Amino acid sequence: MVSIKESLQGLGEYVLLIGKAISVPDRWKMFWKQYVTEMFQLGYNSIGIVLIISFFIGAVICLQIKLNIQSAWMPTMVTGYTTREIMLLEFSSSIMCLILAGKVGSNIASELGTMRITQQIDALEIMGVNSANFLILPKVLGLMTIMPILVTFSVFAGIIGAYATTLLGTTSIAELNEGFRYEFNQWFFWCGIVKAVVYAFLITTISSYKGYSVEGGSVEVGKASTSAVVTSSIYILFSDIFLTNMLT
Amino acid sequence: MIEVKNLYKSFEDKEVLKNINTTFCNGEVNLIIGQSGSGKTVLMKNIVGLLTPEKGQILYDGRDLCTLSKKERSLLRREMGMIFQSAALFDSMTVLDNVMFPLNMFSDKTWDERKKRALTCLERVDLHNVGQKSPGELSGGMQKRVAIARAIALEPKYLFCDEPNSGLDPKTSIIIDELIAGITHEDKITTIVNTHDMNSVMGIGENITFICEGRAEWTGSNKEILSADNKYLEEFIFASDILRHLKQSYDKDNGKAEK
Ligand SMILES: Nc1ncnc2c1ncn2[C@@H]1O[C@H](COP(=O)(O)OP(=O)(O)OP(=O)(O)O)[C@@H](O)[C@H]1O
Ligand SMILES: [Mg+2]
Repeated sequence: MVSIKESLQGLGEYVLLIGKAISVPDRWKMFWKQYVTEMFQLGYNSIGIVLIISFFIGAVICLQIKLNIQSAWMPTMVTGYTTREIMLLEFSSSIMCLILAGKVGSNIASELGTMRITQQIDALEIMGVNSANFLILPKVLGLMTIMPILVTFSVFAGIIGAYATTLLGTTSIAELNEGFRYEFNQWFFWCGIVKAVVYAFLITTISSYKGYSVEGGSVEVGKASTSAVVTSSIYILFSDIFLTNMLT
Repeated sequence: MIEVKNLYKSFEDKEVLKNINTTFCNGEVNLIIGQSGSGKTVLMKNIVGLLTPEKGQILYDGRDLCTLSKKERSLLRREMGMIFQSAALFDSMTVLDNVMFPLNMFSDKTWDERKKRALTCLERVDLHNVGQKSPGELSGGMQKRVAIARAIALEPKYLFCDEPNSGLDPKTSIIIDELIAGITHEDKITTIVNTHDMNSVMGIGENITFICEGRAEWTGSNKEILSADNKYLEEFIFASDILRHLKQSYDKDNGKAEK
């Protein structure tokens, strides 16, 4: 088990590293280039997985509620209404970010870890480049920028998934339409966006810290990558409770 | 000129460097030699500031690295070039982008001028038409040469090489050594090279510091090293039979036959 002293030390190192990363870039032109690359790498390349997973989860939630929860004494709009709220409130922000933590987190940690053990980070430092700033800041801002778009896509893919279940004949489009429109609260959508942006920060900074501070060889890079996913998932779940409490 | 004064460095309870005092001269190839594990890499990392010494001074033409502010240190770093044991090329970039990287970061020249400078550096290390390749497609010797090109792109005043010819065949090693020596003399750079290769020592060692178990045991040039009077140094140099025989015949020629 990790002792309290070690985890406090880890937290301190994390804060120092992020402090070093969040500073004015040495050269804006290089920063923008990295920023666009990272948005593409971390965000754009995740759109596929987000769409597929959200579509099927939307469909399955809709089916479950229709088949197992809805009963004769409930209004028919319950299925659509519940599906919409689950997608908006939890799935498209928190659960999707948990999935992204797996994809993006391991990607970042293994990339930075490999750069560390092959001395590429030392090479940056020797040139007088603030390596934390150069490598980490574009990832953090890149994912935070693209995250709202991913959330929006996820919500829509979920809704489309729900509509797709009408093909099975369990629900009708009219019923779903009624549910989707019932007492729509725009704030729920913004809650999801705010949460997801916070998670984007957690995923990128925690994974960067894990990768950047690797010492040793390929085994340590593998460990860092696993630990990045596990740690950021735990922090996402924790902050979900606080954020949900705060935002509603 | 780089001066190291009373340098100490330890990891936890293990003392790695013990009171190192030495001077590295301008326009010369300065070697740090010693057995594996003697502390060469640690010494070089202290000199360039990747590690912080417990005690001691590192003076870059009078500027003490340890007391510089963050800003001054990063300015000093722009006068340094370093070639790592593993070449440490950025594998997400092409060879040309690697060499252009320091220029893109710190030079105000136009893109055309920067590209021209990068190509000149690649030519200097005898690499042609590899600019668009990725580092993984090059052989180890070529990667080392790209690393040299990248290190000299900003015309450094100080050049550091950590075992530039480890893992290379003797002929390629000599080519790399000669490149480093040539660049040093042409551009009047203060060059420090870590090595345990006796070919390099005899070939390019103008000012040699011998490290043994964390102490600087001996300093001198390659002309003096064979006749040096130091037990540890002799053990290090004449570890192989071939060299021992050479030494015996050398001594005989000079009328100092053994026995
Ligand atoms: N980060 C570190 N933590 C603890 N000990 C270290 C660390 N780096 C180096 N050492 C120790 O310092 C000693 C000197 O290591 P160093 O890498 O300087 O050797 P070297 O002379 O460069 O050897 P080689 O020729 O094999 O590269 C070794 O005993 C090593 O175990
Ligand atoms: Mg070494």
